Amino acid sequence: MKRWQNSGLWLMLALLLVGGLWPAFTHNQANREMVYTILLSIVLASSLNIMLGYTGYVSFGHVVFFGLGGYVGMFLLHNHHFPLWSAALAGGIAAGLLAFLLGKAILRLRGAFFALATIGINEAIRALINNLTLFGGPAGISLNFNIYKDYGGAGEALWLVYYATLFLALATIFLSYAIKTSKFGLGLLAIREDEEAAEVIGIVTPRAKTWAYVLSAFIPGIVGVLFFFKNGNIEPSDAFRLHFSIEMLVMIMLGGQGTVLGPLLGATGYQFLRGFLLTNSFFKDIQLAVAGFLLLIIVLFIPAGAVGWLKRRFTLLQEVLP
Amino acid sequence: MTILQIKQVSKRFGGLQALTAVTFEVAEGQILGLIGPNGAGKTTLFNVINGIFAPEEGQIIFRQEEITGQKPYYLARKGLARTHQIVRPLKELTVQQNVIVGACFGRENQALAQAAKTANEVLALVGLAERAAQLAGSLNVAQKKRLELARALAGKPYLLLLDEVLAGLNPTEVSAMLETIQLIRAQGITIIMIEHIMHAVMSLSDTIVVLNYGQLIAQGLPHEIAHNPAVIEAYLGDPKLAERLLQA
Repeated sequence: MKRWQNSGLWLMLALLLVGGLWPAFTHNQANREMVYTILLSIVLASSLNIMLGYTGYVSFGHVVFFGLGGYVGMFLLHNHHFPLWSAALAGGIAAGLLAFLLGKAILRLRGAFFALATIGINEAIRALINNLTLFGGPAGISLNFNIYKDYGGAGEALWLVYYATLFLALATIFLSYAIKTSKFGLGLLAIREDEEAAEVIGIVTPRAKTWAYVLSAFIPGIVGVLFFFKNGNIEPSDAFRLHFSIEMLVMIMLGGQGTVLGPLLGATGYQFLRGFLLTNSFFKDIQLAVAGFLLLIIVLFIPAGAVGWLKRRFTLLQEVLP
Repeated sequence: MTILQIKQVSKRFGGLQALTAVTFEVAEGQILGLIGPNGAGKTTLFNVINGIFAPEEGQIIFRQEEITGQKPYYLARKGLARTHQIVRPLKELTVQQNVIVGACFGRENQALAQAAKTANEVLALVGLAERAAQLAGSLNVAQKKRLELARALAGKPYLLLLDEVLAGLNPTEVSAMLETIQLIRAQGITIIMIEHIMHAVMSLSDTIVVLNYGQLIAQGLPHEIAHNPAVIEAYLGDPKLAERLLQA
C-alpha cells in the first residue's frame, strides 16, 4: 500500500536507529546515557502527541502513566520476581487500563477543563501511592541488587534497558505513523478540528477518544518500568513529577504537534538544549524557566512548531514529512 | 413510502418552548422544504432529528426504526446526514480529507482506499474537484457550503438535512447550487431543506412545512402554502393589513 512507501518515515526510522546504535559501537557509557535520555523523551513525547497533536486534547498530567506503569512493574519485579519483560508489559497494561477508566470519566471535558483534570489526577494518584503501604508508601520500592544478576549484572542490565528503549522509540514512531495514516487516525484528526462536526459525520467520538488515550498511555507505562528498573528504586516524588509532563509538552510544541517527526525532532532538540543549559554556570539553576519561556515563544510565534514551519516554508516537504 | 415520521415532538430550553407538538411525515425520494420566520425552531428541529438534542416529548421514526434521543454518530451510520447552517469545515485537513472522513464514517463505513474514490466522485458532483488538495480553511463561503454538502453526501445517506445551504451565496452561486440539489435528488436521496430564499424553496420542494414559534402552522404543496393566510400572517403580519399596504 502507498502509505508504507513514505520515504520520510523510513528515513526517520533509519536515522533514529543509527543514532541509537552509535553508543553501542563506541561502547561509551556517557554517550549511552545522553542518547538514552533523548530516546526516553522521544517515546514520551511521541505517545503524548497521539492525544495532544492528533486528538487535540491537552494532557498536562501525562507523567501519571509513566509513574503508575513504573510502580506496577517495580512491584511485580520486587515482590513477585517477574522477569523484566512481563513486568514491563504489565506496567503498560496498567497504564492503559487507567487511561481507559479515566477516559470514561474525564474525556467528556474539553479544553482547559480536561487539562486541569489531568493535573488533578496526577496529584491524586501521587497522594494515593504515598499512602499505599503495598507500594512502600513515601519510601517507595527499592530493588534488591541481586535482581540484576539475572540480566548478567548491573552493567549489562543498563545496556539491556538501553536497547529496549531504543526498540520502543522505533516502535512508537512507527505506531504514531500507522495511527496517523489510518482510518482511526483520520477520525482523531476530525475530532481535533471540530468535535461536534465529527459526531455528526458519524465518528463515535467517545470510543475514538478513549482508544487514543489508552494508546498514548500504554507505551509510557512500559517505558516507566524500564526507567525505574534502571534507576533501582521508585518513589512517589520521582514517579509523578509534574514538570516532566510539561517538558513533554514543550518538546511536542517545539517539534510540531500533530506530526510524526515533530516529537522526535522536539525531544532531540530540547534534550540538547537542556544538556547545554545544565552544564552552563549561568543557566544551570533556571533551566526549567528557560523551558517555560521557550514554550511561550513557540506558542506565540510558531504555534505549528519546527515541522509545521518547515512545511509552510518549503512546500516540497509537504508530501515527504509525515 | 414514508422515510421519516415526526410525531408530537416537543423541545424546551429552560423556560423557552422551542418546539410544540410538531407532527409531519416525509415521503421517500421527496424534497421537503422547511420554512418559517427567524427563531421559528427550524434548526432546533434539525438538531432534534439529528440527535444533537433529545426531545422532551414525542417520537421520531426513521426507516421504520424509532431513533428518538439516539446519538448523531449512530444516526449517521443509519443513513442520516446533515449540513450546518454555519459551516464547520475541518480546517487543517484538505478538502479531499474532509470528504474522505464523511465516506469513512458514513452509512457504508468504507475503508480508506474506497473512501478516497467516493470522495473524488462526490467532489466532482459538487464541483470542488480542482480544490481537492487545498486546506478546507482556505475555501470561500460558497465553496465551504459545497464542502459541507460533499461531506454529507459521501456518507451515502438515505436522508439529507440541508440547513440553509443557499444563505450567503450570490445569485449565480444559488442557481449552481440548485442544480446540484436536483442532481442529488435524482440519485434517490430524500432531502429536507431549511431555506429562506423563497423562489428556491417553491421551485424545488414537493411539500412544504411551515413553523412559527415552534408550532407547525401549515403544510402542503408549494402553491397552497404561498396563499395560506396563516403563513402570510406569520411572515408579514395581519394579511388584510398587508394587502392594503400592497395596494396603497
